[in-house]
Amino acid sequence: MRRVALLAVLFVLLFAPSAGAVNVEQVTSAKGVTAWLVRDTSNPITSMRFAFRGGSALDPAGKEGLATFVASVMDEGAGDLDSKTFQKTLEDLSISLRFDAGLDSFRGRLRMLNKYRDRGADLLRLALTQPRFDDEPVERLRAQLMSGLRQSAEDPETKSSHALFEAMFPNHPYARPGSGTLDGLKAITRDDFRKFVATRLGRDNLMVGVVGDISVDELKALLDKVFGDLPAHAAKWDVPVVTPATKAGVKVVDIDVAQSSIQWAQPGPLRGDKDFYAAYVLNYILGGGGFVSRLYSEVREKRGLSYSVYSYLMPLEYAGAWVGAAGTANARVGETLETVKAVWAKLAAEGPTEAELTDAKTYLTGNFPLRFTASDRIANMLVGMQEDKLGVDYIDKRNSYIDAVTLDDVRRVAKTMLDPSRLLFVVAGRPEGVKASN
Amino acid sequence: MPLSAVAALVAMMLCAGPAWARIFDPETFTLENGMQVVLISNHRAPVVKHMVWYKAGSADEAPGESGIAHFLEHLMFKGTKTLKPGEFSARVARNGGQENAFTSYDYTSYHQTIARDRLEMVMTMEADRMTNLVITPKEVDPERQVVLEERRMRTDNEPAAQLGEQVNAALYLNYPYRRPIIGWEHEIQGLDIDRILAFYRRHYAPNNAILVVEGDVEMAELKTLAERTYGKVPRVADMARTRTVEPPARADRRLVMTHERVRQPSWGRIFLAPSYMSGASEHAYALQVLSEIIGGGASSRLNRALVVDSGIALSAGAYYGPDDIGPSTFGFYASPKPGTSMEALEAAVEKEISRLLQSGVTDTEVAEAIKRMTDAAILARDSFGTAARIFGTALSIGRTVADVEAWPDRLAAVTPEAVNAAAKLVFGNSRSVTSELRAKPAG
Repeated sequence: MRRVALLAVLFVLLFAPSAGAVNVEQVTSAKGVTAWLVRDTSNPITSMRFAFRGGSALDPAGKEGLATFVASVMDEGAGDLDSKTFQKTLEDLSISLRFDAGLDSFRGRLRMLNKYRDRGADLLRLALTQPRFDDEPVERLRAQLMSGLRQSAEDPETKSSHALFEAMFPNHPYARPGSGTLDGLKAITRDDFRKFVATRLGRDNLMVGVVGDISVDELKALLDKVFGDLPAHAAKWDVPVVTPATKAGVKVVDIDVAQSSIQWAQPGPLRGDKDFYAAYVLNYILGGGGFVSRLYSEVREKRGLSYSVYSYLMPLEYAGAWVGAAGTANARVGETLETVKAVWAKLAAEGPTEAELTDAKTYLTGNFPLRFTASDRIANMLVGMQEDKLGVDYIDKRNSYIDAVTLDDVRRVAKTMLDPSRLLFVVAGRPEGVKASN
Repeated sequence: MPLSAVAALVAMMLCAGPAWARIFDPETFTLENGMQVVLISNHRAPVVKHMVWYKAGSADEAPGESGIAHFLEHLMFKGTKTLKPGEFSARVARNGGQENAFTSYDYTSYHQTIARDRLEMVMTMEADRMTNLVITPKEVDPERQVVLEERRMRTDNEPAAQLGEQVNAALYLNYPYRRPIIGWEHEIQGLDIDRILAFYRRHYAPNNAILVVEGDVEMAELKTLAERTYGKVPRVADMARTRTVEPPARADRRLVMTHERVRQPSWGRIFLAPSYMSGASEHAYALQVLSEIIGGGASSRLNRALVVDSGIALSAGAYYGPDDIGPSTFGFYASPKPGTSMEALEAAVEKEISRLLQSGVTDTEVAEAIKRMTDAAILARDSFGTAARIFGTALSIGRTVADVEAWPDRLAAVTPEAVNAAAKLVFGNSRSVTSELRAKPAG
């Protein structure tokens, strides 16, 4: 589940807004905390998103699920406020405060009406610096997380996703689910929480995005209040960059369902790859467009094989993958796999047409301003831009990166990056007409 | 509709929409051919959300053709007399737009989000497919498979959704909400082009549709565009939405489903309740407050009692949504912590319902709930498209723009006495459906 959420965030970021209407300011507080700000006075609301580099991929062996667990209990009591009081205060003031963990970052969001902004900042500061981790909420959340794991283990999409990540990342932390394991969650103690907070939430790893009706000076004060007392440095870590270890074939994970969940992957570009935008445009043609892509046309429209079929780039911090998914009745899985393989191979061999490239570019650039309609969404992008090490002027420049992609670029990238010999399928279900290679 | 979708709609209505109305001051007029137009201007970004709502949903289907409204929704993305199949979506995409559609019990909606200067293009195409749809077996046959895959994904693969379908069929004895929106599988298999086109011709017309636009446009411009596009579509004979009437229930019902893929059991109880348009609708606002107090969030009575204090449940809450033409539902849900029996869980929820009926809610609880719900309404202004969705829903079921605008005032007028009276009405005499989703014992 966590992985799905992470991918959604990446997807949104890549689609990101353009439009000169949005002005991103870099604001640094007296204590040296930096945030990217978009001032927007349409509503009396402030939205803040933040992230610390380092996510569930850093969970210690045997403590799988630690980052997710911490994220779940950090808003369950802090300072003098026990869990009930903390939660009641949030509710009474309609303050939305939440944490979550991705594979590569530990994230939070705070959103409230401006009239409650000071109180919201107090609560977030307390949660970050003096979380209580009382027994009652810890055991309550442990039970909820473990229940969620047990149930999702019977979910075909979770099963195919886990199997795909295990196949892509042998002996790498990405192989472990960010949502944890039953044994990992059981083994986590209060000391683990304390250590996490003390060593992972350093100001040197912090990225902040703020959108709303707030002045630069007000933001500076807010940043110091909330983040100023965090440790200057987080503990270092070392995660190797790897290439997904996929080979052409089909892995089958048995589960008794009417519709098989199919997911597939091959190696893909990292975010900093010089051909990233060309690959991004190519993916739109392959399977990125909502109701217009080669996969959509061949798998859904012509053959009615799946309700949902798509592909996307997954540029994680330490690995890049090109992935896709579909869901098909067991009896028709064989036909679906053959269709996806054929689409993949044809595009790799021939590349897209000029018309496809033109349409992709007009969609991707024309769609850009549509991302500027909600402040929480923009705040999320501001953090994503920092996570991806993009410039503060990215929003202004992004469409020019898309426009610069040429037909030669996409054809070259189709040949060099799309690789049917490394396209691995995982099927969770009881597929028929499929020769499993696992 | 699956329970989760109902809950989401409830949350949306509770949270937010109506306060938009007040702040954004929606404008409305009706074209000569009967199509109502609503605009919520919002100049934050050079973008518009364009929605057409048809007053036709799954509850308007004839017996034996369940799923026809939804199947038609899929086929609306095929061709027209002048656009070849797929061309509608291709044009939206080439212009940077996003689009989709959804079908509910009482309405079907088609929508695009796109740069403001492309508004006329989508209005022209949407007006075209209102009356010029062309479908042939070449499109219908694969699309039927797509719909069946959608049903497998949403329902057949999900034990909780399967049970939810059974719960609705048990709760509504006669009202068409008893049928799943997506349709029963065997009836989807049997839907033919003639019946689908008959449904289309009967329901898809300007005098049975509402245009809702939110975003960066003014009414003068929108009016001109609407007259030039939708204004050219001929009206059809007005049709009354007659629905079968729900008879009194005389028995409590209990559904137990055991499934081998269930690891986390769950429990639910659902009552029929007044909606904005059906039954004792004067209770609709008090019921929203009631659902917030008993089951709306972390500090609600159910979560406090079952999840935090006694710790017998992993989750517990309640939901209610009044946006229906027919009878709405008020529901409770809870999932037991390992070691808690279904019986103990049910007894704990029943204890909270009894306490409510005997002692009522407090002044403080009501005041806090109203404040939270009103604050949430302002926060929801931040979500583009929410206003359009709220006005579209309201008008599709026969409410007015003024009704939506009055939401904060009507909510603020709710008293503890009104909440207690609503609770007695819904839980006191009504018959309920209790559902248990159980794990198959190992071995």
